[in-house]
Amino acid sequence: MRVPLPWLAEHVDLVEGHGADEVAAALVRVGLEEEAVHRSGVTGPVVVGRVLDVTPEPQKNGKTINWCHVDVGDGDGSGAGGGRGIVCGAHNFAAGDSVVVALPGAVLPGPFPISARKTYGHVSDGMICSARELGLGEDHAGIIVLERLLGGDVPAPGTDALALLGLDEETVEVNVTPDRGYCFSIRGVAREYAHATGRPVAQALRDPADVRVPAAGGGQGPAVRLADEAPLRGRPGCDRFVTRLVTGVDPTAASPQWMQRRLRQAGMRPVSLPVDVTNYVMLATGQPLHAYDRDAVRGDVVVRRARAGERLKTLDGTERVLSPEDLLITDETPDGSRVLGLAGVMGGADSEVGEGTTDLLVEAAHFDQVSIARTARRHKLSSEAARRFERGVDPELPPAAAELAVRLLVEHGGGTAAGGVDVDEHGWEPEVRLPLDLPARLVGVGYGEAEIRDVLTEIGCEVSGAGDGALVVRPPSWRPDLRQPVDLVEEVARLRGYDAIPSLLPPAPAGRGLTRAQRARRSVARALADAGAVEVLSYPFVSSALHDAMGLPADDPRRHALRLVNPLSEEQPLMRTSVLASLTEVLRRNVSRGTRDVALFEVGAVTLPEPGRGRAPVPGVDARPGGEELAALLAAVPAQPSHVGALLAGARRGPGLEAGGWQRASEPVTWADAVELARAAASAVGVELVVAAADVAPWHPGRCARLSTADGVELGFAGELHPRAVAALELPARTCALELDLDALVAAAPAAVPAPAVSSFPPALQDVSLVVDAAVPAAEVEAALRAGGGELLEDVRLFDVYTGEQVGEGRRSLAFGLRFRAERTLTAEEASAAREAAVEEAARRTGAVQRA
Amino acid sequence: MPDPNSEVPPELSAEAVDAAVAAALAAIGAAGDLDELKRVRLQHTDDRSPLAQANRAIGTLPGPLKAEAGKRIGAARGRVRAKLEARTAELEAERDARVLQDEAVDVTLPPRRVEPGARHPLSTLQERICDVFTAMGWEVAEGPEVEAEWFNFDALNFDADHPARQMQDTFFVAGADGGEDSGLVLRTHTSPVQARSLLERGVPLYVICPGKVFRTDELDATHTPVFHQVEGIAVDEGLTMAHLKGTLEHLARAMFGPEARIRFRPSYFPFTEPSAEADVWFPQKKGGPGWIEWGGCGMVNPNVLRACGVDPERYSGFAFGMGIERTLMFRNDVTDMRHMVEGDVRFSRAFGVEDLTSGGER
Repeated sequence: MRVPLPWLAEHVDLVEGHGADEVAAALVRVGLEEEAVHRSGVTGPVVVGRVLDVTPEPQKNGKTINWCHVDVGDGDGSGAGGGRGIVCGAHNFAAGDSVVVALPGAVLPGPFPISARKTYGHVSDGMICSARELGLGEDHAGIIVLERLLGGDVPAPGTDALALLGLDEETVEVNVTPDRGYCFSIRGVAREYAHATGRPVAQALRDPADVRVPAAGGGQGPAVRLADEAPLRGRPGCDRFVTRLVTGVDPTAASPQWMQRRLRQAGMRPVSLPVDVTNYVMLATGQPLHAYDRDAVRGDVVVRRARAGERLKTLDGTERVLSPEDLLITDETPDGSRVLGLAGVMGGADSEVGEGTTDLLVEAAHFDQVSIARTARRHKLSSEAARRFERGVDPELPPAAAELAVRLLVEHGGGTAAGGVDVDEHGWEPEVRLPLDLPARLVGVGYGEAEIRDVLTEIGCEVSGAGDGALVVRPPSWRPDLRQPVDLVEEVARLRGYDAIPSLLPPAPAGRGLTRAQRARRSVARALADAGAVEVLSYPFVSSALHDAMGLPADDPRRHALRLVNPLSEEQPLMRTSVLASLTEVLRRNVSRGTRDVALFEVGAVTLPEPGRGRAPVPGVDARPGGEELAALLAAVPAQPSHVGALLAGARRGPGLEAGGWQRASEPVTWADAVELARAAASAVGVELVVAAADVAPWHPGRCARLSTADGVELGFAGELHPRAVAALELPARTCALELDLDALVAAAPAAVPAPAVSSFPPALQDVSLVVDAAVPAAEVEAALRAGGGELLEDVRLFDVYTGEQVGEGRRSLAFGLRFRAERTLTAEEASAAREAAVEEAARRTGAVQRA
Repeated sequence: MPDPNSEVPPELSAEAVDAAVAAALAAIGAAGDLDELKRVRLQHTDDRSPLAQANRAIGTLPGPLKAEAGKRIGAARGRVRAKLEARTAELEAERDARVLQDEAVDVTLPPRRVEPGARHPLSTLQERICDVFTAMGWEVAEGPEVEAEWFNFDALNFDADHPARQMQDTFFVAGADGGEDSGLVLRTHTSPVQARSLLERGVPLYVICPGKVFRTDELDATHTPVFHQVEGIAVDEGLTMAHLKGTLEHLARAMFGPEARIRFRPSYFPFTEPSAEADVWFPQKKGGPGWIEWGGCGMVNPNVLRACGVDPERYSGFAFGMGIERTLMFRNDVTDMRHMVEGDVRFSRAFGVEDLTSGGER
């Protein structure tokens, strides 16, 4: 809501010295947050000038400029005929006209500083201004001629034009929260300003709606019937409808300048007198009004719900199909019922006030918030009227607002006020019982009864009771947001000032700290960072094209993604089912910015909707949902396990010093680094990964490791990406990746760690070289050795892999170091026997043969 | 009586011994390296050396002379031994100095290493905030990002038809049938965790919930459709707005230093009443200390308590929500939202693996 300061000052006493910044600061204290302060952008000497002479001078470029002398009231003429010499390109004025002159030193919006400058062979000592140059409108056709603009007396040359045109006026724009509909008006903001500055409303406020309204009747204008046969949520769509007839309005009459200026300052475009008047009254009071061409309303006005198939062309020229929930203003003619407008949202084009309209029917009504909100949303029509009605408008306002509009139409359009009707069916909202101790109990400030009564009375409540420790409060008609005792508590706290609230720490009961899962997740993230990966947070929005690029098969469950109704980009309407999917874009971005060696990871949720899930229920809110209801609600929310994904590209290590000396070549990332990173994540939570070969998209079918727990629970995959996926995703060649189900990993963390036996006896070390078929995975051979080695076997480590002539085609030799130990010194025979047992098991499981 | 001197062999004479010692000391002193010293040692201390021979000759002397001769030879051999030890130490020190000098390297040469990794500062900041609260006895709760509308709106006193429901530009989730109505949304705030915690944990309740939230804003320097909040809710007997202020002030001081404090401005949220915007006095503010908008808060609306089965006559509570991105922006002078969103590793790396930004603590 934009509040021009002079307009505000008309309705409330401003504190001495309060400009826009101070007013904004005051309003913030009562909950109207400052959005902006608007100024005209015109400063410096801008004055009224009288044109003394005009000499047209044709130019070579075909244009004709006017060399003028203008009296600007300083008695100092630089030109021959006296007055200032100014070059002007416009032709809509003549000698004797009064104009607006920006003198050297002035600044126009842009900013566009004015100085004396040489042009077209003259020194132009200022500028004669158009409305657009002054930010007063879009009219650039010619310069402002004050006789025409002001329509009467024009002040003497030299008069300050900033004040004359309101260019020195400031406008405060405040953000109105949805509970404060009444602040979409000067009336409401003025009241809040009085509260903010501690001034009693009774003395400081001049309510714009405080006008004497003539008794309804007179029998002129159509009869009105409120006929809502299908109220929404039990509330009639309209409970008050006031009409007033004004006849004989001059269709050519323009709105007065001051009104146009205020509308413009408030952010609305002046259109015509009838439209401007309705807008002006709405801004002043908060009551939306509508003006009909009287002749277009042919029968009785009936307010009713739309019927199936009805249509309406609204003022914005859109043809709309109406819903049976839409509340309509219609008229009853012999030919049937015609739709005049969408009640409280937008009028119809057919009954619009046109260029020849002389008789106007002014409507000021009170519509139900829910009805208007739904219609505005359904038709995506967020009009000024709808914005106010859906937040709640004072049902007592319509007669006063209509009267204000009638007066303005009579005064500025030369019309005659005729009668009208006031159909009033609105009921009173219930009273609220406020226990006297509630404000202190919730706010922590010991407000006394008198203080509470004062505040509530100030905001317009009628307060009674208190015999039983509670006040009975009837909120004012403009505050539909005051329904619960706590709403009144906020009013007390707000007007007494939030700064009065002390600062206390609540004594929370002893807590248990982070949960095991929370600690485990931190450890995993930390381990990945320690291993050289950089954490990023990508957007979880993906496309099915991305799934194609990853090479996911048609029946891959990861293709079953949750879809957004209104995605930011139609190209990414899905919620990710893997973290890797959304990480790819981040990797591309880093590479494109010149970071070629990158290891990225992200810990985040993936969404795995159940196929065929139903709609999530919406239980009531008056009490805790029942057990089944709550279970259904929780079950309707899709599973969103936490995953960790990582992408590695480029070099793992660059050139540098190593044991062997300086290494020139960088060491490229390999599938093994991805597996190792996964191991780092797992061992951070005490889980040892079991690695097996796998063929899963988007990984390279020969370089993909399935990662599981010792118990066989699958945790994820790691390895090199499929070359086709790498190409389709436009990633660096040989990019490697891992994705782990972090929730499953954390669940696999040992709940209790049995302390290992740490023998102080010396180990017996034995090596064994086993030749196996090249296709036998090393992990299987190692697992067999471990199983066969029995309790004495402390550790197995692969220290050499050999392929070549000596072991034969299609076979390879794996050399393992075995370490045996016990709670005694092992004899060589014992160690050898254990070694033989290990080898036998390896032979049995994998066909391993000891290398000679 | 025999002449004692006539029976002393020449090699035991004082002159001969002195000469042997002098020769040995000179040779030792002249040895230029440890190998030469070894030769000299053998030459002057082995069995055939003059001093060894003289020593053996002591046995031929008559008793009374033995002691004196033994003393002389002992002293002589002691001098040679001491000189040898001293020279050995000297030469070893010289050799060591030479070797260490030869082994000197350019210690500024970088070893071959894996580039350091990092956590995202938004993650570590969330963890830090959680740590401040767990230290007060609060617990950390979690909730889903794809959330039931009931939790995101209805339970939080957002009436289906109230404009407040449109205030937060919501991502809606399509139904399994492809229809528009699934009853699910991407949560627009972390506040649904208020309702979840009340239903799951009951009262008294003191929980904090950091997490990702979603609004349909285009990404620019000051907006992002995916951002993070930290939600707090406390419900107990006797809680007031003063406790809310004290709690936020404690967090502010832990984060920004002992001068930080909190100011409330009236505001509106459907799920709190009274409601407030919380500003924090930020001593390190760019351009000088000042107030910064930090988050929304208020007393939990009785309608929310009722929807979660908590008796508002007996219990009261407060809730607050802070933007994590916003906090990082003003605290660490991040000038563009996109830096936190795009995942450029250069951004995260600057922050390391732990939030160590000092809030005035040393």
